[in-house]
Amino acid sequence: MTKLDLLRFPLIKTLLRSRWPQFLVRLLALAGFVLAVLAGLLGTPVGSRSFAIVFVWILCWALLMLAAVPLFGRGWCSVCPIPMPGEWAQQGALLGPLQTMTARWRLGRPWPRRLRGIWMQNAAFVLVALFSARVLTTPLVSALVLGAFLLVALVTSLIFERRAFCRYLCPVGGFIGLYSQLAPLELRVRNTAVCASHREKTCYNGSLEGPYAGYGCPWGAFPGGLVRNTSCGLCMECLRTCPHDNIALNLRLPGADLEQRRGRGLDEAYKGLIMLGSALAYSAVMLGPWGALKAAAFAVGSLPWLGYALGFLTLVLGVLPGLFLLAAAAGQRLAGRPLDRRSLKQAFAQNAVALVPLGLAAWAAFSLAFAASSLTYIPVALSDPFGWGWDLFGGAGVGWTPLMSGAVPPLQVIVLAGGILWAARSAVDVQGGRAALPVIGFCLLAGAGLLWLLVG
Amino acid sequence: MPARRAERTARLLAVLLVLGLPLGLLLARLISDRSSPVVEIHARMPHDGGFLPGEIQAVAGEPLRLRLVSDDVLHGFAVGQTDFPEIDLYPGQTVETTLVFDQPGRYTYVCTRWCGPDHWRMRGVIDVRPAAGETALPPAADPPLYLELGLDLDAPHPARVTPASRPAAVTGIELPGRYRSQDYLRAASPAQVWEALRSDPVTHGMDDEQVWGLVAGLWQESTTPQRLEQGRELYARSCAACHGETGTGDGVFASQHARDAERSDHAGAVEGHASPGGAVDGHAIEAPADFTDPENMLGAAPALLHGKIVRGGMGTGMPYWGTVFSDDQIWMLVEYLWTFQFDLEEGK
Repeated sequence: MTKLDLLRFPLIKTLLRSRWPQFLVRLLALAGFVLAVLAGLLGTPVGSRSFAIVFVWILCWALLMLAAVPLFGRGWCSVCPIPMPGEWAQQGALLGPLQTMTARWRLGRPWPRRLRGIWMQNAAFVLVALFSARVLTTPLVSALVLGAFLLVALVTSLIFERRAFCRYLCPVGGFIGLYSQLAPLELRVRNTAVCASHREKTCYNGSLEGPYAGYGCPWGAFPGGLVRNTSCGLCMECLRTCPHDNIALNLRLPGADLEQRRGRGLDEAYKGLIMLGSALAYSAVMLGPWGALKAAAFAVGSLPWLGYALGFLTLVLGVLPGLFLLAAAAGQRLAGRPLDRRSLKQAFAQNAVALVPLGLAAWAAFSLAFAASSLTYIPVALSDPFGWGWDLFGGAGVGWTPLMSGAVPPLQVIVLAGGILWAARSAVDVQGGRAALPVIGFCLLAGAGLLWLLVG
Repeated sequence: MPARRAERTARLLAVLLVLGLPLGLLLARLISDRSSPVVEIHARMPHDGGFLPGEIQAVAGEPLRLRLVSDDVLHGFAVGQTDFPEIDLYPGQTVETTLVFDQPGRYTYVCTRWCGPDHWRMRGVIDVRPAAGETALPPAADPPLYLELGLDLDAPHPARVTPASRPAAVTGIELPGRYRSQDYLRAASPAQVWEALRSDPVTHGMDDEQVWGLVAGLWQESTTPQRLEQGRELYARSCAACHGETGTGDGVFASQHARDAERSDHAGAVEGHASPGGAVDGHAIEAPADFTDPENMLGAAPALLHGKIVRGGMGTGMPYWGTVFSDDQIWMLVEYLWTFQFDLEEGK
């Protein structure tokens, strides 16, 4: 397989090895985050005029789904501001390690073994999704949720070692990790034999030595053993601590990780189904014509909302997994493979690889719709972030205009069609031949549903 | 850069950017507001608070700077009985305006865009004090005509006679001068005027419908097409949502009133406002009046309709407009209401 190691270019290597560029970008992101929280707490309650809503849930979310994740995988995680205060408190420093690796006031416990995997992230995403009609549109609620993320990350960093929040709790990180498997970018080691002979394993344990001073992998991964992008946050810490120049940042063919069979568990399978179900639900609620559904999703705490919540949970945790299980079982049967519990579990987890391209395509198609129609909110939110009647950059008077409305439906069709085809190819890679047909059928059904909701 | 110096620089940047940026923005707002005092009014749907604040102080002759913003749906802002332009308040869009009141007094500001079922409750008050050194208040307004005439606004007023069909205005007939007096036509109901004309020798030889035509003609001559047009605009903006474009009481919010009326009937039976059978006594929520009903309308004097608009319905759901419209505006509205009974645009 052809790969291009970007770290062979001195400028890129220098920029990524140095802590300053990353720190400055993260600091800017943190300032924006704090501004968003303040705008939500103190500014206008009208979502379309609030920096909190426009910049976080419209601009950043669209950039995430349409560019950051498809092109850079976990690239967002490398500049995410949410864990910053926690890291500073945990490490006792903003840049690299000073005399000691960690500050005195943290407990540094390892994350409980039973809670490893991405089950907690699945639960966190479903929890936020239940309230998303309010979170994504009401500045105050959004500010409280974002503030809660910051607080939970801080507390987690004080109790547990490394970036435990990012690895095991962050609802956004859960799906970024899943979809990062499709990105044309990966961080790997150049030569595993070099890692095998390196006793200190400074990439995992950290180092205080001169030019190689840095923290052990904040994500708790061993770079020498990375075969997929899912648990590498692209923080570049290993690039700083490896004394043997053995880290590579490769450009590669998109989706190379999908060929990996190792490490695929039920948690990732459920994540794929939760994301697919959420895309369907969001498309119906946010972009659909059913006022009663919107009203029910918005009226948190009411009886109609309870009905909506139960329906959503049934879809993402019951209906979709149930249908997918049937498809996986049918595939097993067609392939003449056993149908015992263990085999079915494995088939379920392995076939879920098809949900990765399908899910990202679903979210990209959904994001195209709201992004194009909401772009003109951006100059307004930038010029008047709090909705107080300011006009900092002359854009406060820009009227709402949906952009590219003619181009969006064809783009959505292309993206969804691409996702379905890629999913079908992945299913064939897993099952082989006609045994892949049931899973392909599932993907077609989901894709057709999305097409109908978004374009039909 | 040595590690400790780099760390110090990083910490300084962090404090400047992360704390300094938002604090700087908030400070800017504080300074801007202190240097030029402004009263910020938030408009919300009535069940969420309406206008906040609902009461403002001002001084006659001094500018009152207002910053208006809607926190939810489209609202409007206007100050009753003044020439200040009406302002639309789009959700989240701040509008600044400066008002200067020449005369002290209590002014009512209202929402002018239908924002929900309780839109008519969305009002506030501007208490304008006399300028420093001045103590005289403007003279009090004249009491409404219905008070002078001793009319009971809440008593039923069925017409004893009604036309067989909608009368078209007939003018050009010589009638005694008293029939054309404004005082007379405002104090008497059309049915009363019809009875007076019917028994007057001047209408010998006319049938009942022709006499109704004369009544409609008198009503036409007491107004002008321009006044009717202004009345129509006022009706469309302030009355049609409940009373309907056709005046039949089927406005878009009429169903809300009907539901409230039903609840009020049940409540009234307990609280004593209405009989157990549900008959209302003028103080419980009612469905909006049907201006096309001849029995009800033709038995009402213009002064009675004027009074109802000025005073409101006292719990029936009909808002009061006495502090919002000028007296002449209310008369124009009353004159327009008769177009639901008479063909006033026709005639000479």
